[in-house]
Amino acid sequence: MTWVRDFAAAACICTAVICLAGPATAETMAERLPLCLACHGEKGTSETPEIPSLGGQPASYLLIQLYQFREKQRIAEPMNEMTKDFTDDDLRAYSDELEKLPPPVPPPGSEPAKFEQGRAAAQKHRCGFCHNPDLSGHDQIGRIGDQREDYLLKALRGYKSGERVGYDPAMAEVAQEISEEEIAAIAHYVAHFR
Amino acid sequence: MSFKHSAIGSTALAALFAGALYAASVEAQPAPAPKVDPGSALYGQPEGEGAAKLAPVAPPPIPTAADKLPVAKLKVPDGFKVEVFASGVTNARSLRVGDKGTVFVGSRLAGKVHAIREKDGKREVRVIASDLHRPNGVALHNGALYVAELSKIWRYDNIEDHIDSPPKPILVSDQFPKDEAHGWKFIAIGPDDKLYVPVGAPGNINMPPETHAQIRRMNLDGSNVEVIARGVRNTVGFDWHPVTKELYFTDNGRDWVSEDIPEDELNRITASGKKHFGFPFCHQGNFTDPQYGWGHSCNDYEPPVALLGPHSASLGMRFYTGSMFPAEYKNAIFIARHGSWNRTKKVGGDIVVAKLNEDGTVKAIEPFLSGFLEDNKYVGRPADVAIMKDGSLLVSDDYNGAVYRVSYAK
Repeated sequence: MTWVRDFAAAACICTAVICLAGPATAETMAERLPLCLACHGEKGTSETPEIPSLGGQPASYLLIQLYQFREKQRIAEPMNEMTKDFTDDDLRAYSDELEKLPPPVPPPGSEPAKFEQGRAAAQKHRCGFCHNPDLSGHDQIGRIGDQREDYLLKALRGYKSGERVGYDPAMAEVAQEISEEEIAAIAHYVAHFR
Repeated sequence: MSFKHSAIGSTALAALFAGALYAASVEAQPAPAPKVDPGSALYGQPEGEGAAKLAPVAPPPIPTAADKLPVAKLKVPDGFKVEVFASGVTNARSLRVGDKGTVFVGSRLAGKVHAIREKDGKREVRVIASDLHRPNGVALHNGALYVAELSKIWRYDNIEDHIDSPPKPILVSDQFPKDEAHGWKFIAIGPDDKLYVPVGAPGNINMPPETHAQIRRMNLDGSNVEVIARGVRNTVGFDWHPVTKELYFTDNGRDWVSEDIPEDELNRITASGKKHFGFPFCHQGNFTDPQYGWGHSCNDYEPPVALLGPHSASLGMRFYTGSMFPAEYKNAIFIARHGSWNRTKKVGGDIVVAKLNEDGTVKAIEPFLSGFLEDNKYVGRPADVAIMKDGSLLVSDDYNGAVYRVSYAK
């Protein structure tokens, strides 16, 4: 399993580096976007382990993530590398364009018991308060519904450990209260939300 | 990566909060598990769904592009006009206008001070200082720019002649507490040629140490510090009456008591009045704190001259001393209400004008510039005002990183 992930990640980074070799400024958004979608999925749904689906994300949320990557406030090497020379206009252009991707499609086959456990935990920790009852997100708050389960796990664990620093404290705060078992259940439930 | 919440993790988080967040939000900040830190904006938050939905509103991380600014949505009284004065002024907060027309703009989250000037017939925005810690406050005196970081004040001499290569700043004082909560400062130099510096309460509601919840006055070199007002939770704007020379200041009321109380205050320091303005015992002049108010009476504290709306975050204010606006605005106070977060239906996000009676009491508070609040969401948030030489009014917007100009023509 590990090799699959490593291979996929390596393939993404290779594609990214090749594309980066060209002059970014001269290209239109339509020409620049495939670079993102190579890893994040062409139709809004990521097929790459631990790489999030971008479909249905609000532009404000995307802008903040891109900004945090550029400023190295959020660490993911390919993203830090890719955004390091972005201007503010680039950040806006990418987030406005990526917002148009259709919402992700969840994988089939959830585990009913874990799904129910996750639903209860999500209710207890009030995920839907900020992310909307349908988990679609809004403004600066990301869409989480039907996101990749492995990415949700990584994100929640990152917030809890302090490894991932949000733009505002909300997720770091709530993640402190979520147990590891609940994190696994919430990630499963949210990933199969639809 | 450890999934356990270690002591180190919690310190690191607290530090981060102290930075980014505090930053990113209107007031205080968060806390790691399990209890909320007394410095957090969420300190005092009651149980329940309604309260759980409220949190400080973080501005976008970069300034809004000039053509996307909400200027067309802004409403002013008949005869007035609003235009964009400058865009790309990241997190624009306190405003000051220099003798030669340069506009200086502090920031809270960006760590920068910007200068806006006309050069070769074009208006340009330049960064004149960066990597500062919450350089919210700016003041001018005899050509020198004073910049207030969270716990330090610097002076840049003869600044308007050195916009392209600002001089090394001279430290005026570093004798201020380092609390992030309400630690960023508005500063001003009074008609007595003294520097006025507030120190806010270190959190939403607490019994402040002797060193906090006050306004201090000192010589321009930082010496001879006096406390001139106590019981001041967090003032982020003050100015002197052009005639009486009395100091008026806004003060932000505590959170989490209720949707509707307490209201933010407009206060006045008078020779005969009390020098304690109530915090944490009494809010809005007539409401004793549910926790700290027991055993106290509001009669023992100086009441506000006006109330400015619950949680409205009343920040920068200036007396209107220009000649462009109609006579009714003469010596009236323009007040920037940044807008609430601790309220389900938001209040503020506008500029109001306080018109005064001869004796300095408030006759009326009227709306002046509105439109930043749309469908209970901010499209911009005013932080300060300043009067230009021609009498027009500048308004900073820290949400969009912009400065607007309001002018009047008959």
